[in-house]
Amino acid sequence: MKNFSNRYIYIYSTVLVLVVATVLALVAVGLKPFQQKNIKAEQMQQLLSSAGIKVERNVAEENYNKYIVAEYTVNSNGEVIDEYSDGKQVKGSDRPFEINVKAQYKDFKAGKANEVKLPVYVCKKDNGEITYIVPVRGAGLWGDVWGNVALKSDLNTVEGVVFDHESETPGLGSKITDDPSFAQSFVNKTIFDGEKFTSVKVIKRVGTDNPHAVDALSGATLTSNGVSAMIEDCLKFYLPYFKTLKK
Amino acid sequence: MSNTEKQKDPLFGPRDMKLLKTPFSKENPIIVQVLGICSALAVTVKLQPAVVMAISVTVVVMMSNLIISLMRNTIPPRIRIIVQLVVVSFLVIIVDQVLKAFAYDVSKQLSVYVGLIITNCIVMGRLEAFAMSNKPWPSVLDGLGNGLGYGIILIIVGFVRELFGSGTLWDERIMPEGYIPNGLMVMPAMALILLGIIIWIHRGRNKELQENE
Repeated sequence: MKNFSNRYIYIYSTVLVLVVATVLALVAVGLKPFQQKNIKAEQMQQLLSSAGIKVERNVAEENYNKYIVAEYTVNSNGEVIDEYSDGKQVKGSDRPFEINVKAQYKDFKAGKANEVKLPVYVCKKDNGEITYIVPVRGAGLWGDVWGNVALKSDLNTVEGVVFDHESETPGLGSKITDDPSFAQSFVNKTIFDGEKFTSVKVIKRVGTDNPHAVDALSGATLTSNGVSAMIEDCLKFYLPYFKTLKK
Repeated sequence: MSNTEKQKDPLFGPRDMKLLKTPFSKENPIIVQVLGICSALAVTVKLQPAVVMAISVTVVVMMSNLIISLMRNTIPPRIRIIVQLVVVSFLVIIVDQVLKAFAYDVSKQLSVYVGLIITNCIVMGRLEAFAMSNKPWPSVLDGLGNGLGYGIILIIVGFVRELFGSGTLWDERIMPEGYIPNGLMVMPAMALILLGIIIWIHRGRNKELQENE
């Protein structure tokens, strides 16, 4: 083995790290558009899926443009801030689809409720039925959980839900995404009991008869609690808006 | 290495073929050296992620073997492990980014296990044991052989687990409608049992691998 001076080792490692960092930065920048396209398509696919329209990801965008007839953002007083429909901005300056829901919810939780605006999607299905889709976001056991809740035009009955997660336990908590029967159990539940907001809770051994609750996942109590809290907290934000719609 | 290295071998001559073939059986990284078990249990529930993982690991081992072998005379021995780690991480991050861009579903399924290729003992093992002291071409073959040797086991386990655990192959339904999926197959424990069975069969057929009493 050759002997290497300290000077050589320092220079060698510095150059190596610089070269690697530069190349990685270039790769990341170069692939970014492709990755974002995937993420966007997945978002669209999940929005449609919550309203009961199942499409492959590669055709998500065209179906999205076909079925989602309007996007709004609303604030905590129920006022519409932005509107985007028929491919153009009608009101406000931000496209609701591009709102960073994660950041908005963070502000919402931090008590800055009056600065927050969150999106609502209006979906018109083939049979003419109108569905309102709202994104929800919260914390699971290991990381974030999020999803969409689709409500029928009475703004009470759940049309469907979709959940996704960052890092819930595979085979247990991850069932909120992987197990279609969990999402299915939300269908036709109602979020109001008369005038009172009840949300749809996720409770252990509640059976299928309760109109405001679904069975929790066994072995995934904390994920189930997280999903339950997420739906309740996030729907609360939209209540004033729902009120104005019902009038 | 030795004097015999100096005489030219034909491309894919016997020496090259030996480098390619031994990792499949006699020196298989999983079933003989028992390396890379963690990922073998984690990503073999379905066939598709197993295949993608096999390809990813093969590419990483091959490329890192090549790069380290090209650099081997310039690497100061005192920091060689760090240099190897930097090269491996570099390649793995590229693989991760490419998967996110072009195989998004699979990259979601593999999630953290792509990142964990960095710590896959097979990669570092081959760099230390082979690439640091061999020329680039044999190193590439060694990487290819070991990657495929690892991959073939993953694919066998993934095949059995998906077929019996979900009744499907590559997400296509294979088993008849009445088949009740075997829940145990989906659990990591069953992957370990399957690996054990493969090792058992393999040792049964290769007497020289058996330890003497």
